[in-house]
Amino acid sequence: MFAPEFDYYRAGSVAEARELLDAHPDSTVLAGGHSLIPILKLRLAAPAALIDIGRIDALRGIASDGSTIRIGALTTHAEIAASDLLKGKAAALPEAAGQIGDPAVRNRGTIGGNVAHADPASDLPAVLACLGAAFVIEGADGERRVSAPDFFQGLMTTAVGEDEILTGVELSEAGDGEASAYSKFAHPASRYAVIGTAAKVGLSDGVCTSARVVVGGLVPAPVRAGAVEQALVGQAVTTELIAEASRKVGDSLDDDDLLGDVYASAGYRKASAHAWVRGALSAAVARAG
Amino acid sequence: MKIPVSITINGRQYDRDVEPRLLLVHFIRDVLGLTGTKVGCDTSQCGSCTILLEGVSAKSCTCLAVQADGASITTIEGLASHDGLHPLQESFWNKHGLQCGFCTPGMILASHELLRCNPNPSDAEIRHGLEGNLCRCTGYQNIVRAVRDAAGAAEGGAQ
Ligand SMILES: Cc1cc2nc3c(=O)[nH]c(=O)nc-3n(C[C@H](O)[C@H](O)[C@H](O)COP(=O)(O)OP(=O)(O)OC[C@H]3O[C@@H](n4cnc5c(N)ncnc54)[C@H](O)[C@@H]3O)c2cc1C
Ligand code: FES
Ligand code: FES
Repeated sequence: MFAPEFDYYRAGSVAEARELLDAHPDSTVLAGGHSLIPILKLRLAAPAALIDIGRIDALRGIASDGSTIRIGALTTHAEIAASDLLKGKAAALPEAAGQIGDPAVRNRGTIGGNVAHADPASDLPAVLACLGAAFVIEGADGERRVSAPDFFQGLMTTAVGEDEILTGVELSEAGDGEASAYSKFAHPASRYAVIGTAAKVGLSDGVCTSARVVVGGLVPAPVRAGAVEQALVGQAVTTELIAEASRKVGDSLDDDDLLGDVYASAGYRKASAHAWVRGALSAAVARAG
Repeated sequence: MKIPVSITINGRQYDRDVEPRLLLVHFIRDVLGLTGTKVGCDTSQCGSCTILLEGVSAKSCTCLAVQADGASITTIEGLASHDGLHPLQESFWNKHGLQCGFCTPGMILASHELLRCNPNPSDAEIRHGLEGNLCRCTGYQNIVRAVRDAAGAAEGGAQ
């Protein structure tokens, strides 16, 4: 398959990338290319120019100042999956990144591209929403930070403007007694998420002090399962409680929004979502306890 | 628009002017004539186009040649040394890890990546590590045996 013709410019810095975006109408950012190149090959998009940000080293890497972890937009899924810092302080993220596609996809695909693309079947949007990430966007007015509910605006739509660059995401390190996990119903062929669930819990003496549960895959943009969270907080956590709370996930899913396809209908996804919520919660509780 | 690229493949540098939309796999196969790298699905599913880009596996059907400008690449043609086949090639041969051979270049390079990250994988880890590569012929059993054999050979010092 051959993509339509386009021009190509390589940016050496974020400032240069923004200038190039500005100078070339109808241009699109290229990071790892693992969502964009398939789209170009299928001719679902035909930008006039690609602005390659893939060599901007400042956008790569994972670092913490002891409370906030910053992950550069170009950090690959493989690097995230292998990070000991993230495994210890934001476990759901490397767990999800390690389940994306296959090893070769993880070597090229980036966290920035994954969330900027905002495919509902992607894994990282739900995880980052659950971990309370801030999305750092650089635009004409400098840098701004956007939270997940404002960042993910719907099917493949985010807060990143046309001549803006997502430079990275920021997360708080898990505190004492806190842990997170990701549980995914992977499509058997593509490995994309049919249902993906991220959970973060805080435990003190066996009692749940905080809970955040976010589901993706079956909705256009990540959805917080408030009813599940409320059923947990303040309660002594048991296997039965987790199972019972997980069943409330349907309360947060709007039937009109649910996605379905030939592989898994919307109704089927909704009916089985609780199992993946339970999986993520059980794993997070085991880690926190 | 044409862009000059300089890409080193199997130790040899190639300088060419390419269209930005040219896929790396077509650069390798059609521009340079290195046809060991295959195109199976052309949709990043099958892994038959797998190469090593700066030492790590990548699907060359989902990469532009311009993205690889300045990079060093190994294709199946570059894996063997003058002294003989690479241990993975020996193992695929000895364990009958192929039938028609179409998936084999990609399988071997994906196996190379697997053993780079995990030199002593379990059978389950081998199957997981190769989940981006499809084979229509073998039923995978002998591919798993071949990778296990190559891991053992490396451990025994044969590499
Ligand atoms: C075979 C296969 C299987 C996959 N399986 C999964 C899976 O199981 N789960 C999953 O979550 N994903 C999966 N993916 C998608 C993969 O994670 C992609 O790599 C990712 O979604 C996009 O990242 P990228 O760096 O390749 O971005 P690109 O393809 O380069 O870009 C994607 C989009 O984001 C924009 N963009 C990229 N970076 C920035 C930035 N810094 N600022 C502003 N805009 C930007 C681009 O303009 C483009 O519109 C799969 C992909 C393939 C090919
Ligand atoms: S041809 Fe590249 S993955 Fe199938
Ligand atoms: S040997 Fe024929 S496709 Fe694998």
